[in-house]
Amino acid sequence: MATKASRTAARLMLAPAVILLLGWMMVPLTMTVIFSFKRYLPMRGGDLGWVGFENYVRFVNSSAFWPAVQSTLMIVGGVLLITVVLGVLLAILLDQPMWGQGIVRILVIAPFFVMPTVSALVWKNMFMDPVNGLFAHLWRFFGATPVSWLSEASMPSIILIVSWQWLPFATLILLTAIQSLDSEQLEAAEMDGASPLSRFIYITLPHLARAITIVVLIQTIFLLAIFAEIFVTTQGAFGTRTLTYLIFQRVLESQNVGLGSAGGVYAIILANILALFLMRIVGKNLDR
Amino acid sequence: MARAATTQRKIINTAFAWMVGLLIFFPIMWTILTSFKTEATAIADPPVWFFFDWTLDNYRVVQERSDYSRFLWNSIIIAGGSTFLGMLIAIPAAWSMAFVPSKRTKDILLWMLSTKMLPAVGVLYPIYLIFIKFGLLDTRIGLTIVLMFINLPIMVWMLYTYFKEIPGEILEAARMDGAGLREEILYVLTPMAIPGIASTVLLNVILAWNEAFWTLNLTAAKAAPLTAFIASYSSPEGLFYAKLSAASTMAIAPILILGWFSQKQLVRGLTFGAVK
Repeated sequence: MATKASRTAARLMLAPAVILLLGWMMVPLTMTVIFSFKRYLPMRGGDLGWVGFENYVRFVNSSAFWPAVQSTLMIVGGVLLITVVLGVLLAILLDQPMWGQGIVRILVIAPFFVMPTVSALVWKNMFMDPVNGLFAHLWRFFGATPVSWLSEASMPSIILIVSWQWLPFATLILLTAIQSLDSEQLEAAEMDGASPLSRFIYITLPHLARAITIVVLIQTIFLLAIFAEIFVTTQGAFGTRTLTYLIFQRVLESQNVGLGSAGGVYAIILANILALFLMRIVGKNLDR
Repeated sequence: MARAATTQRKIINTAFAWMVGLLIFFPIMWTILTSFKTEATAIADPPVWFFFDWTLDNYRVVQERSDYSRFLWNSIIIAGGSTFLGMLIAIPAAWSMAFVPSKRTKDILLWMLSTKMLPAVGVLYPIYLIFIKFGLLDTRIGLTIVLMFINLPIMVWMLYTYFKEIPGEILEAARMDGAGLREEILYVLTPMAIPGIASTVLLNVILAWNEAFWTLNLTAAKAAPLTAFIASYSSPEGLFYAKLSAASTMAIAPILILGWFSQKQLVRGLTFGAVK
């Protein structure tokens, strides 16, 4: 039973974290909301007064908006599909008995620890460069014309780079989940004559459902925010301008802070909707 | 009969898994190999694999020409500093929520998690303005503070899940024996909490080291860490594969090694304890 004194001490210990995080969240957030209702051009006159919802309407009606939504969805959807499907397969593979399991796991996980600017730059130059990249060598070896990946097939290229970075994360979480699966259950099913496929569909997959949901939610939140991969490779050209990148360009490159802030508010609302789902799952886990 | 079948299966598994593992690791291996080649060998067609004159020249040139050690130092200070500052705040907070929970503990934890979900780009300009106002732009202290904030929720969460696993009976026993709050923390909790604290530090150093939104947007020449240094290679005059590889290898090597130690903690930290 906690004493009254220790309860007061506990509150004092919690206070700095809460107060600081509250400030970190509220101050910039309030500023963004205020800017979003203003015509605010730091390089061309500064604060030009209130404009109501004009920025919100203009952001959505600008010709760049829908393509940005589309490329965001394509990147997030594409990467999620690739990482979850391959992640499940890899997790099952890594869970099998084999020699050198630890080393294989290390090899598979490694890309997650590579900083985004390095992986983007290595892929862009050493693999996807149309003259000196390894893919170009490979294409020429088979007598094909090398492709300039990041301009002609920009979207698949970005999806490939980002999937490579996030596959380890999905694999690792799904592997952890698979390892908690009761192997007796699988053996019993095998004895009863269940085929590998039906064992996978009726036992493994349902067991992984929660882990898959968590992977999808967490990755979505991070994938919506990817920045360095685009900054280093295409700078948003060739149809790879995501919402995040579009807002970045409005705010810092064209210095239209009002418009960019309205976009920022949209991004915050979108992220919060997703976060709500994630927190419901995590919260349930807390009660146990 | 059954045994032969399992051995055979094990051989197939091993071969297949190693193939996939090497394929996924290949870009990293290729970067490391290329860093030891000359620029001419680096772009040779057909590609040269292992048999070339290994050279350390690229590492020397990268260091001399771009002052690599300055960026490395910035990375170390920013990643280490933000983790250290964050832990100072997170340890007491996690401790208090794990051992003296109240009705609001769950709400506070979830709220902290929600601040992590805030998209950085949504608050880019306000942070930028605040940085200009307080002279923090392109300073290590500014970046340290920002990275401390973005990782603080993860630190609190991870520590909380570790502290939660320390059995409460031990604390009660210590109290019965007359231990005060100070003794309780010093002699009972600290030794049991150290593994969890170490894992939290490890994961947060990794996250801070690789962070590439704020480090790219809030630094220029002075405080730029390795993420920004590498990004500067994307300009055309930086297109030297061997040197790019040497710089990349140096930038990822320390974290790759740390990362391999932190596999398990990674799952717990990044899923907020939802998958263990």
